[in-house]
Amino acid sequence: MSMSDTRQHQAAVDALYDEAEHWHVNTGGETIHAKRIRGRWRTIKWVTASVWLIFFLGPYLRWDGRQAVLFDIPNRQYHLFGVTILPQDFWMLSLLLLFFAILLAVATALVGRVWCGFFCFQTVWTDIFTWIEERLEGTPPQRRKLDQEPWSRAKVRTKLTKHLLWILIGFFTGFSFVAWFTDAPGLWGAFFLGEANSAAYISVALFTVGTYVLAGYLREQTCFWLCPYARIQGVMLDKTTIVPTYDERRGEPRGRVNKGETAASRTNGDCVDCNQCVAVCPTGIDIRQGQQEGCITCALCIDACDEVMEKVGRPRGLIRYASLDEFAGQAPKALLKRPRVWVYATILAVALSGIFYGMSALDAIDLKVLHERAPLFVTLSDGSIQNKYTLKMLNKMPEELAVRISVSGPEGLKLIGAEAPVVIHAGGVTPAMVFVKVPKRHLKKAQEPIRFRVEATRSDGLVVESERTSVFVGPDR
Amino acid sequence: MAENNPFPGENNTGHVWDDNLRELKNPPPRWWMLAFWASVAFWIGYAILYPMWPIGQEPTQGVLGWSQMKEYAEGVAQITAKRAQFEEKLAGMTADQIIADPGLKEYTLASAKVLFGDNCRACHGSGGAGNPGFPVLADDDWLYGGTTAKIQESIAGGRKGVMTAHEKILAPVEVDTLANWAVQMNETAGAGGSPEGWALFKSKGCTACHGEKANGHVVDLPNGEFVSVGAANLADGIWRFEPGGFESAKHTILYGVNQPNVPGTRDAVMPVWGPDATRGGVAKLGPEEIKKLVVYVHEFGGGQ
Repeated sequence: MSMSDTRQHQAAVDALYDEAEHWHVNTGGETIHAKRIRGRWRTIKWVTASVWLIFFLGPYLRWDGRQAVLFDIPNRQYHLFGVTILPQDFWMLSLLLLFFAILLAVATALVGRVWCGFFCFQTVWTDIFTWIEERLEGTPPQRRKLDQEPWSRAKVRTKLTKHLLWILIGFFTGFSFVAWFTDAPGLWGAFFLGEANSAAYISVALFTVGTYVLAGYLREQTCFWLCPYARIQGVMLDKTTIVPTYDERRGEPRGRVNKGETAASRTNGDCVDCNQCVAVCPTGIDIRQGQQEGCITCALCIDACDEVMEKVGRPRGLIRYASLDEFAGQAPKALLKRPRVWVYATILAVALSGIFYGMSALDAIDLKVLHERAPLFVTLSDGSIQNKYTLKMLNKMPEELAVRISVSGPEGLKLIGAEAPVVIHAGGVTPAMVFVKVPKRHLKKAQEPIRFRVEATRSDGLVVESERTSVFVGPDR
Repeated sequence: MAENNPFPGENNTGHVWDDNLRELKNPPPRWWMLAFWASVAFWIGYAILYPMWPIGQEPTQGVLGWSQMKEYAEGVAQITAKRAQFEEKLAGMTADQIIADPGLKEYTLASAKVLFGDNCRACHGSGGAGNPGFPVLADDDWLYGGTTAKIQESIAGGRKGVMTAHEKILAPVEVDTLANWAVQMNETAGAGGSPEGWALFKSKGCTACHGEKANGHVVDLPNGEFVSVGAANLADGIWRFEPGGFESAKHTILYGVNQPNVPGTRDAVMPVWGPDATRGGVAKLGPEEIKKLVVYVHEFGGGQ
């Protein structure tokens, strides 16, 4: 190193420690003003956060002349692009929830709390809020200073702008949420003319306040004390899970970079104790204390540490994505050799195939058969036995259908009351009452299976149908 | 206590237990106090707006004038208004017209279910399933006719059939023959009665009420209807008096139906639901209610 190089190097180190004086671990008592720096993980974080653009823009997608995704609660119809799902198909929702729950588990088992660090709305919205704060109020020291300053016109203006922007974001969050449940473009007019549903106003108000408080004030305290998933995910980690970790063996004993020290004469570890990892941490923890509940694994400390290592001329990766096994000197276990991967993958596959089955088996019409219980059967004057059924026919098509009803069962059976096709209205259930008559001598048992079948021809010529087995009851033999 | 406080200057109350457990005078958290005063404000507001203080016979009424009974009355008014559109239409229609209109039929069936449950179910069973001695209404066996007009007549005017007690008229062997014959007729739906039975049936005057064909039709009219006195149809698979069979048939033959001063006689009375002359014309059910019940009973599955 030349003299000027050394001097420059020394100046950089000095600046580092000057700044370090201002940082300390926050335990929740004060607002955390995390330093924002550029870096690889910072970029990745922006990319992952942008997934939430779907939340804001999704309601405006169109499909076949209507809203692509619309959860129409008043009409109990849920449109997903080409598919319309009625409450009767909602068992698929439980599979979908199972799928995402297990996806969360498997992701956590492999790479830690990626959800928390990169995708969670609490993290993302807080990130946006603090980004606005930084634009308006400056770096963390400036912000802290501003907070302590007496109120001035400039301070009021800055703070007012910030809070208005926050509330605006909260409002758009609520508005976009509501837009998934109603005609989105129409909501704009209706909402501001005071014509929207009261549920819309209440939802938007709740979301506005919720977003403002959670992302503006509670921030990391939400992850610490409010969020159950943060705690649940903690137990999903194992020794093979890779999470941002401080390499203690390499870093310790930590110590300041001393003037005039050479690589050979150095007695300290690689950690220069600059506290930059703490400075950039949005939850205010010190990663060097090891895995902890407060760490949302956002990896911003990796960026910070790598930058410092670069500055002081030491290898990067003092804080890096690594597993406990790796630090214990064990080779990382291959993905396919981990039981968790297999168990989780199986559950994922089951849930997914269930959803695929459900989607492919969505009948255009659905038949339910209710057997009359009072009386179970009636003896007719010609000695035959009559049963009464209420057929509940669900039409999932957007058009009226003329349904033909037929039935198969014991020999000699006769269907009464369904001679003409029954018209069932679109998107709803139409009941029809029918009687089935069977000569007594053809009944072998007190209860015999009987199968109803309904079919209709759609306007495009396609025949849709549904079948259901019920029971025909006769006298005890 | 306070004089020798072991933890002075700590803002404690001076109450110390077990050397170091002490009660502090920390104020409750701000949010808690806010919530507390908010609930007090709510309570005051509630007391002003709604009935609350039990003073005298009645509680204070509150400035909103709300009461449970008012809310109930409003609910009833709402549902009555909703029903009115159907009721108005029903008023000018016959039972047959209602049955021909799917929407009105559905409405009528739903509202008549309550009427049937209140007035008819005790004897005829829910769904018209019948009870021992009380006819099944869900079958197609109508002693007085199963058209809407006949059902209307049966409900409004009531029914009371009679059958002579034959204990002193027929010899025991004749009673057995006839009872056996009735069982055969029932099992074959009228096709297989024994010749001796038929002979007795015709010679002992049973045809006067049960008809020539033993089907309860005294006279068959050209329009498909028939004249009857309500005598049982012996030529079908249905027993008028459950459980049916030899003993049951014998009992009916011996002691008859609705015979005064005959112990063991069958009771079979359908009360009058329309205007009742014996009670000065008071009706248990109005014409609209009876009409709904006619539709309801007709649609049990056996209506003609």
